[in-house]
Amino acid sequence: MSGVHVSTTVNGDAVEFVCPAGETLLDVLRDRLGLTGAKEGCGTGDCGACSVTIDGQLVCSCLVLGAEAQGREIGTVEGLARDGELHPLQEQFISHAALQCGICTPGFLVASKALLDNNPNPSEEEIRYALAGNLCRCTGYDKIVRAVGAAAKDLAREAKKTKAKTKKRK
Amino acid sequence: MLEVQVSGTLRDAVGGAASIQVEAATIRELMNILVDRYPAMQYRIDEGVAVSINGNIFRDKWSEPIPADAEVFLMPRLAGG
Amino acid sequence: MAEAFDTSYTDQEFTVIGNRTLRPDGVDKVTGRARYGADATAPGQLVGLILRSPHAHAKIKKIDTSKAEKLPGVKAVLTSADLPDLTNGNRGNYDILENCMARDRALYDGHAVAAVAATDMETAKQALKLIKVSYKKLPHVTDVDAAMQDSAPIVQPHIKKADDQTQSTNIANVSTFGHGDVEAGFAAADYIVEESFKTEQTHQGYIEPHACLASVGPDGQGELWVTTQGHFTFRSVCSDLLGMDIAKLKVTSSEIGGGFGGKTHVWIEPVALALSRKCNRPVKMTMTRDEVFRATGPTASTSMDIKVGATKDGRITAATAHIRYQDGAFPGIWGMLGAMTAFACYDLENCQSVGYDVLVNRPKVAAYRAPSAPMAAFGVESCMDLMAEKVGMSPVDFRLKNAAQEGTRASYGPTYGPIGIGATLRAVKNHPHMRARLGKNQGRGMACGFWFNFGGQTCVDMNIGTDGTVNLTVGTVDVGGARASMGMIAAEELGIPYEDVKVTVGDTTSLGHNDTTEGSRGTFSSGMATIFAARNAVEELKARAAQTWDIDIGDVAWEDGQAIAKGVKGSNLPPLSLKELAKASPRTGGPIAGHNEVVADGAGVSFASHICDVEVDPETGATKILRYTVVQDAGKAIHPDYVEGQMQGAAAQGIGWALNEEYIYGDDGTLQNAGFLDYRIPVCSDLPMIDTKILEIPNPNHPYGIRGVGETSIVPPLAAIASAVSNAVGVRMTHTPMSPPRILKAINEAK
Repeated sequence: MSGVHVSTTVNGDAVEFVCPAGETLLDVLRDRLGLTGAKEGCGTGDCGACSVTIDGQLVCSCLVLGAEAQGREIGTVEGLARDGELHPLQEQFISHAALQCGICTPGFLVASKALLDNNPNPSEEEIRYALAGNLCRCTGYDKIVRAVGAAAKDLAREAKKTKAKTKKRK
Repeated sequence: MLEVQVSGTLRDAVGGAASIQVEAATIRELMNILVDRYPAMQYRIDEGVAVSINGNIFRDKWSEPIPADAEVFLMPRLAGG
Repeated sequence: MAEAFDTSYTDQEFTVIGNRTLRPDGVDKVTGRARYGADATAPGQLVGLILRSPHAHAKIKKIDTSKAEKLPGVKAVLTSADLPDLTNGNRGNYDILENCMARDRALYDGHAVAAVAATDMETAKQALKLIKVSYKKLPHVTDVDAAMQDSAPIVQPHIKKADDQTQSTNIANVSTFGHGDVEAGFAAADYIVEESFKTEQTHQGYIEPHACLASVGPDGQGELWVTTQGHFTFRSVCSDLLGMDIAKLKVTSSEIGGGFGGKTHVWIEPVALALSRKCNRPVKMTMTRDEVFRATGPTASTSMDIKVGATKDGRITAATAHIRYQDGAFPGIWGMLGAMTAFACYDLENCQSVGYDVLVNRPKVAAYRAPSAPMAAFGVESCMDLMAEKVGMSPVDFRLKNAAQEGTRASYGPTYGPIGIGATLRAVKNHPHMRARLGKNQGRGMACGFWFNFGGQTCVDMNIGTDGTVNLTVGTVDVGGARASMGMIAAEELGIPYEDVKVTVGDTTSLGHNDTTEGSRGTFSSGMATIFAARNAVEELKARAAQTWDIDIGDVAWEDGQAIAKGVKGSNLPPLSLKELAKASPRTGGPIAGHNEVVADGAGVSFASHICDVEVDPETGATKILRYTVVQDAGKAIHPDYVEGQMQGAAAQGIGWALNEEYIYGDDGTLQNAGFLDYRIPVCSDLPMIDTKILEIPNPNHPYGIRGVGETSIVPPLAAIASAVSNAVGVRMTHTPMSPPRILKAINEAK
């Protein structure tokens, strides 16, 4: 079986791998790069448990080929926490009890971050529609929606602080 | 003497009786008497039975005492999700 | 000994219990570090795959594996010939064995017929294609009512008619419960309501497919890493089926990505172990979603007839239920559970419920959250609404008038102790939701539900480190945040901060047998064992303090996490904290530990009442849930966030069951919608916030008053939503799911 050689960036780190042409990005992440945060719930793009970003765009990694990662920037749940600090979404998911079994949580976090990157102040309805591609069977979504809303407020507060600091420096 | 009510699915193992009279102070004594008197009960007990004593359901705690005037039900062991 | 500790609820004040602490596995689960069933690897591991029957019912004439065996990279090929029958007359185990790997017949679409282990996925897939199975197709039956006909194809010929041992039947069991004289009761009624209902088959729909990593050495010792609700039960079943020693099979439960009953049974695990035993290499198996739908254990589809009689003033005089559950290809207890739960909410002088367990050519039915209760409640609660209308009472008042209470003889036999059905109904009656205005095409429904809850065998270990932090090892799998509750209970009992307790789910070599996390028993039973283990450790802490002070242990008390010296000799002695005693422990007798084994029986029954508002689009038949309120008697709520979470999640599953979810079989008996696209579970935009109200009616048989929370709230939604939809469209809905085509059909037929 001949493999495809791929150079890419995952969570900011340069990565190289060889994979069969038909192998999915999800299998590459999980089986070749040891990043098992993205989960396979269906393999058909219906559950969102394998959500990652490619150049900031939210995708189901089970529907993307590993070879397509060439030259792109991949973001996974493992890259959300930075410098030992959890992302506000991660903090709020824990404090709102927005997870029970937790299998869908990585996908929800990646999808929620993609939402907040594009829409920092979403309404409840916007949150619900943005996350409609991610299945959760434990929570009934109530606490997830609340956690995302709370994280949006945290991020807005942080952004305000950073802005004030930059102003001061000037 | 205890009056033990036997739930529907177990009645064939006690000769069709809806209730039976037993002298037993614990679930273990009750089980021993049942097997003694109705050998067909052994298979049912191996499959799993439960005993309700005054409304509390016991599945495995055979040391549980049965008060003299208790309401006792013998039922199949139940499963949950 | 467990008996040494007080098991009864004593109305105490709590400091830690009842707070909304952060769960100890939270960070692992939001960072992707938590390891689930498919996240483990072993050096030299192989990929295991299963070949499945494409037919609903077929004789397996021959399986030729020779070509597959010769394919380079294939290390083991397995058929039923490699799984000899070691069950020794235990029919239950034989059924499990036959379900894991078909023997002479394939009994349903998706039934396993062979398996391979190969060096990689591509090779394994190719090997499956090289296995040649010669089938002879047999007539099949997938509908529960059709399967009860005398002319129906027989699924399990060894099951005979009760009254004629020469005739085979698909009716595996008939279970009757009830009391009084229903004929006399109906004769005394002013009104009779009689209606038939159907529910379609649904799946638990956990997002994590079954997965395991099995490794058996040439010495016969094995290890199994697996996503399961009960690793001790998996150990027992796998060792029984494969003839292994219990002590030599170590089963470790991974983090579990949802179970809801579906992971209480083994499916691929004995096959993975058998493959590994054959080639002595680790074998990893993960099911695809298609396999999960076709070949694990969904819940039963049902068909039922309900009859209720009542007087003009709204008192029920008699009620009967005949409920037919399809168990798939192997007999279960699902009809029995349905018959037991059907009328459990009510105080009935005359009642009879009959449950039928019926075999069809569908996958073996497994438990699904309060198994069998939601379907029975759908029929019974719908009839309660119809009767309330006839007698001119509100659905809530009619139920309140007939609700069971302490001292009521339950329809399944025993007399109730203190129960919460009345309290949940009163809370519903007073809830502002009941007075909110409804608009055009909108309707409201309410319904009640019951579940038993269970306890069972439990064992925990508690070890206190020299810095005073505590390791608590439990043996019940944590399916939804139970480790937080166990940590809180340990902290409460020891009088130390919650943050000082680390809770781990131990593997099967680290603890004695623990029953599976099912029947809402995790927090009830491991909570009880944790309390007793802590009390056991406190006894040891007091002994160490007595030794330190050189006083009698009888003069040492334990208060707020410290030993206090009582009596004359102790009057000037400052208290010794747990931390101080732990630090000194190497010189006062070594490590300090607490331990407990208990059969935690005496779980309390629980009840829920739900309110639901819907809007139905009369053009499309689509239903939108506008508002949903759950009221549940939870017993003491250890961690309110996760109690609410159970109530919300159960309601959401019930909503999916009521409106969308259904197994669709073709005329050829094969499943047509084995994927999340066509088997549609509720998504985020389908649901509103789900309002909750926890009622804490303590269970007198638990030291903290815990009842069990996880299941009850999946019971009322089918009926609550059916009533809401019926009120919105003006036609009584009697068949779930109430999908748009079914609602449109009902509207059109009524015109």
